[in-house]
Amino acid sequence: MVKSFIPGTYEEALELLDKNEMILMAGGTDLMVKKRNWAGLSPLFDKDVLFISELRELKYIRKSGGFIHIGAMTTLEDILVHRETPEILRKAVLLMASPGIRHIATLGGNIGNASPAGDSLPVLYILDAKIVIDGKGTERMVPIEEFILGPGKVYLESREMIKEIVINDVRFDMIHYEKIGGRKSDAISKISFAGGISYKKGRIDEFRCAFGAVAPTVVRSRKLEASVNGLGAEEIKKSYAELIRPIDDQRSTAVYRKKVCMNILDEFLDKAGEYK
Amino acid sequence: MTEIEFVLNGKNVTIDVDPTKRLLDVLREDFGLTGVKEGCGEGECGACSVLVNHEIVSSCLMPVGNAMGKDIVTIDGFSKTERYRVIHGAYEDEGAVQCGFCIPGMVIATESLLNKNPDPTEDEIKDALSGNLCRCTGYNMIVSAVLRAAERGKGLW
Repeated sequence: MVKSFIPGTYEEALELLDKNEMILMAGGTDLMVKKRNWAGLSPLFDKDVLFISELRELKYIRKSGGFIHIGAMTTLEDILVHRETPEILRKAVLLMASPGIRHIATLGGNIGNASPAGDSLPVLYILDAKIVIDGKGTERMVPIEEFILGPGKVYLESREMIKEIVINDVRFDMIHYEKIGGRKSDAISKISFAGGISYKKGRIDEFRCAFGAVAPTVVRSRKLEASVNGLGAEEIKKSYAELIRPIDDQRSTAVYRKKVCMNILDEFLDKAGEYK
Repeated sequence: MTEIEFVLNGKNVTIDVDPTKRLLDVLREDFGLTGVKEGCGEGECGACSVLVNHEIVSSCLMPVGNAMGKDIVTIDGFSKTERYRVIHGAYEDEGAVQCGFCIPGMVIATESLLNKNPDPTEDEIKDALSGNLCRCTGYNMIVSAVLRAAERGKGLW
């Protein structure tokens, strides 16, 4: 039988992780379903389990300079109600799961799980999130797009864990968030979208958008974003259409996803005003 | 096996258990609290809802290891309170209950909401109950029941 470890402090957790390869158990809301067994029986873990969800050192939201630091084990509910939470992140979290899940699910867990349909991800991409990764004696920081490698795959060594998420506290003049799912709550996204625009003297100063659940990882193009000022709405849509290549799966079809992505982008550009 | 200590329905309890076991199974099988129901087993239906530190949690998703030191209340414990009596009466009077399987979860969701927000709007109620499915009554009567409970129970929350 696999062993479980419930460290009392973050320091102790890193020590344990240094000695053993272990599965990191945060809120458990994805992992417990993945490893589900018959009712009454222990879930089917194939490695020892390290319980990190209750580490107090990893539960915080702090603002400093132009950045917001979120401890990896901060729950979605805590993010939802915190006054420093950027509005676009709040909008995404509000549509995630249900209250019964948001009270235990963590932001670090959503990132570590690296689902293509992870709903915090498009927002974190456009807020230039950086992931602080910690191991005993090592600490590094990587941009989210380099951390998430593919479905369920992240750039994390076996002796490391996510310590903190640092986001850029950009205050956009206009934000747009959409989630398309089969139900209002507890839905795994067919498509999600996060966009933000800032203006300077009537012109677009900052244009950012990201699509979730339409590729193995979130689709964001900094190159395209930098060039929007010279382009018309149709050209922008055409460029994004080349980037968005969804698939058919149990939740939706490629055709539907593509069409709806384009409609959402259209709405976003419409809202941006300048492109009317 | 690890010793896990927590408060369950107001009493300190300690249990020697596999920490990866679902809180749902520990409550139902080890403590015999069968008011907590298993519906979908994957966090979509809310039948297994319990209060953890007075907030709703789907107990089918929570490994009992994460319950260490927490205050857990199930419908079995909550049903001994005055707040429960008010919610119970409101559900009854609004005809919000048919087969009853989802109701422990619905009542827990109602308490979790009213505890934070004693005077909720209809939309706030819908958000608060959004993780709880009922296949019998339709949701209108349940929403009315929560509104009525809030009205009758003024001062209790």
